[in-house]
Amino acid sequence: MSQPKVPVWVNLALIPFINITLAFLVSALVILAIGENPIEAAGYLVYGAFGYEEGIGYTLYYATNLIFTGLAVSIAFKAGIFNIGGEGQAYIGGLGVGLVCLAVDQTMPFYIILPLAIIGGAVFGAAWAYIPAYLSARRGSHVVITTIMFNFIASSLMVYLLVNWLKQEGRMSPNSRTFEESAWLPYMHEMLAAIGINFEQSPLNASFLWALICCVLIWGLVWHTRWGYQLRTVGTSATAAVYAGIDNGKVTIWVMLISGALAGFVGLNEIMGVHHSLLLNFTAGFGFAGIAVSLMGRNHPVGIILAAILFGALYQGGSELAFEIPSITPEIVVVIQGLVILFSGALEHMCKDRVEAFFTRPSAA
Amino acid sequence: MNNKTSPYAIELRDISKSFGAVQANKDICLQVPAGTIHGIIGENGAGKSTLMSIIYGFYEADTGDIEVGGELVNIRTSEDAIRFGIGMVHQHFMLVENFTVLENVILGAEGGAMLQGGLDAARTELKRLEQEYNLDVDVDAVVEELPVGLQQRVEILKALYRGAKILILDEPTGVLTPQEADHLFRILKSLKEQGVTVMIITHKLREIMALTDNVSVMRQGKMVAHRATAQTNKEELAELMVGKKVRLVVDKDEANPTNVALSAKNLSWFDEQGVKRLKDVSFELKAGEIVGIAGVSGNGQSELLNALSGITPLSEGEIHFNNEVITPKNSKNASQMRDLKMAHVPEDRHKMGLVTGFEAYEAAILGYHNSTAYNGKILLDRKAMLAECNERMEKWDVRPADPFLKTANFSGGNQQKIVIAREVEQNPDVLLIGQPTRGVDIGAIENIHEEIIKLRDAGKAILLVSVELDEIMALSDRILVMFDGAVVGEIDAKDADERTLGLMMANALNDDEKVGGQA
Repeated sequence: MSQPKVPVWVNLALIPFINITLAFLVSALVILAIGENPIEAAGYLVYGAFGYEEGIGYTLYYATNLIFTGLAVSIAFKAGIFNIGGEGQAYIGGLGVGLVCLAVDQTMPFYIILPLAIIGGAVFGAAWAYIPAYLSARRGSHVVITTIMFNFIASSLMVYLLVNWLKQEGRMSPNSRTFEESAWLPYMHEMLAAIGINFEQSPLNASFLWALICCVLIWGLVWHTRWGYQLRTVGTSATAAVYAGIDNGKVTIWVMLISGALAGFVGLNEIMGVHHSLLLNFTAGFGFAGIAVSLMGRNHPVGIILAAILFGALYQGGSELAFEIPSITPEIVVVIQGLVILFSGALEHMCKDRVEAFFTRPSAA
Repeated sequence: MNNKTSPYAIELRDISKSFGAVQANKDICLQVPAGTIHGIIGENGAGKSTLMSIIYGFYEADTGDIEVGGELVNIRTSEDAIRFGIGMVHQHFMLVENFTVLENVILGAEGGAMLQGGLDAARTELKRLEQEYNLDVDVDAVVEELPVGLQQRVEILKALYRGAKILILDEPTGVLTPQEADHLFRILKSLKEQGVTVMIITHKLREIMALTDNVSVMRQGKMVAHRATAQTNKEELAELMVGKKVRLVVDKDEANPTNVALSAKNLSWFDEQGVKRLKDVSFELKAGEIVGIAGVSGNGQSELLNALSGITPLSEGEIHFNNEVITPKNSKNASQMRDLKMAHVPEDRHKMGLVTGFEAYEAAILGYHNSTAYNGKILLDRKAMLAECNERMEKWDVRPADPFLKTANFSGGNQQKIVIAREVEQNPDVLLIGQPTRGVDIGAIENIHEEIIKLRDAGKAILLVSVELDEIMALSDRILVMFDGAVVGEIDAKDADERTLGLMMANALNDDEKVGGQA
């Protein structure tokens, strides 16, 4: 029997809004409990994230990573695959970016290094996703298990490589040498200055634009190509895919390659855009936060951009908050971030049914 | 529960329910006398299932009253419905397949923190119910090992165990063999003798005539007629259902078979457990004929369709088709078979034929999504897809003709039209068609049958698998009978009658011949 239709904006805007509001209400209780004024705290959080140019820059810088990892999770999810290896794929993708930069920064100009670095990040990230994908498609091992294992392997591998191979001679810290400036992504404030706009310094760099381009490309790929059609068929009904002659295994592998490549682009932002050297732990949990971003963004590029900005604001506003109110420690800020993830991710369906029911039975009211 | 007495077990007054712009039920009034079997018939999309869902608390009516046993009730959830003594047997069973019958029956009514007490109490109660209602089931059997007919009995027991005095059955015979259906009817009649009120939703007129005391007809969301079954007949009911005269037989000329379009030689298929599910099946399919495959469902018909269409690779044997020889070594997947001009209307449109989350225009290219007709250089050609979808929806009278509606939201008949249109319009040489009219209303059945005959007359070869003997006999030119994975007989459609086919399907003819064979 026909299911009632829910207005599109309810799913895309209202339900996420309710979820976030609930998260903030609970956060307010937490802040009350430690004896601070939640309204004041919220003020600092919003001001820190959006109140001044540098804050906005930081917010969008964090959002860049989250867009990449959010897209990575969502495209896999569209094919029914839960890729929680974004963290490891981003880490190895960053290695690819870094190796390209180290190899050619002294000999090549920026406009050649950039495409090479993009390819490097994509190939390394994709390669790291390929092994779990292959195991899942051809050997039947569960992708959730293998991808999470590969996060650990990536982490150990990076320590090994940096400590034993990439570390500079005579230094204690496990960093590679700093790249030549020809391998630096231009900062946003530099680019804006070039066209005559003043913007305070921040780590926000050109990779943000690449993230937006990726959103458009993924949108086109998933919703407007036959390949995306196959992907969505596999994700919605595996039996219908077999009936249609779609090779589920092949789709699984390809979508994981793309997913890994997207996660790998985190390296562009961190390695090429900000740190300008290979180092440890630059992924800082963004691979996992991407899961929440993807869930909250309803696996749609537009939603992912919005969710990424929200989470970026929480990261940035959170540090401001911890700075301004000393009794709100960085741990409390993590609690707030965790609550948002909890309500928008894990408890996503808590209000959904009731809200949808409200909109499908208007005459009963 | 009630101190008023009412002659009606359940009474509906002016029930209306709409989903957005769609009025699924409009001013429905219905009185079901206690202790009777009441049939609700109507085409797919007539609103029968919505109405039953309202009674069972899945949906809440927008307006209107429900009285159970003369008392006004407010049914908001299925727990409420159960509390008021209403039980429902769904078309698709709601059983945990790897639980035993007993465990399934107490599901949701375990009666305490520890399972054992509930199980023991249930065992005693079930014994009583089985005796009282003649419902014989081994309570310790695992559900997935039971035949469909018995699984359905478990559903009935489940409802009775919860104290159902009003039992609603949604298309109960859709999945049953004729024998199982007969048995079900005997059970329902004995339930009635014990004072249970039975409401049965179906679109099979024969069942209504054989089983019910009263019948209500729905059409386009409205209740159009109530009849005492004894005072009506199939023709009148059919007319009420569709609102126009319908033929129950298919008009067709003599077949004109020409060259062999497809020949299958010794096809076998082993499942993952190594069980031979398809046993040395050989046959020829000629252009311009319809070959029907009769058989009790689960005797290899689905496996045959899957093997022929490329969904599962062959284990043994070969298929000769359009100058290709398909063998286990040279296998073709479903998409390659389509390229060879084989179309396939699968038995299960929800799992295979459609992606229910897709909009109609997207589902309308499933399997043909690589065709140049729908693709630009890189992107899918949405305009072409929409134009074609609109055209087909008009030609095949798909309602509502909305290419953006999710396929899940079409009624069964309209979903089937989307699938059949997609396969037929590709102009295939061979059409495999499984259960073309399962869960499809009479008007659409007629329509689909006509199209199949038209296709045959256009020189296509058609292999028809159906559990509906009427359909097999009405459409086929030749009939093959399958039993236990093998073809056990062939008969000219002109010589076929239900009795002969029934015997062949039970493999009874062969048993007589093979003296000393397996018992």
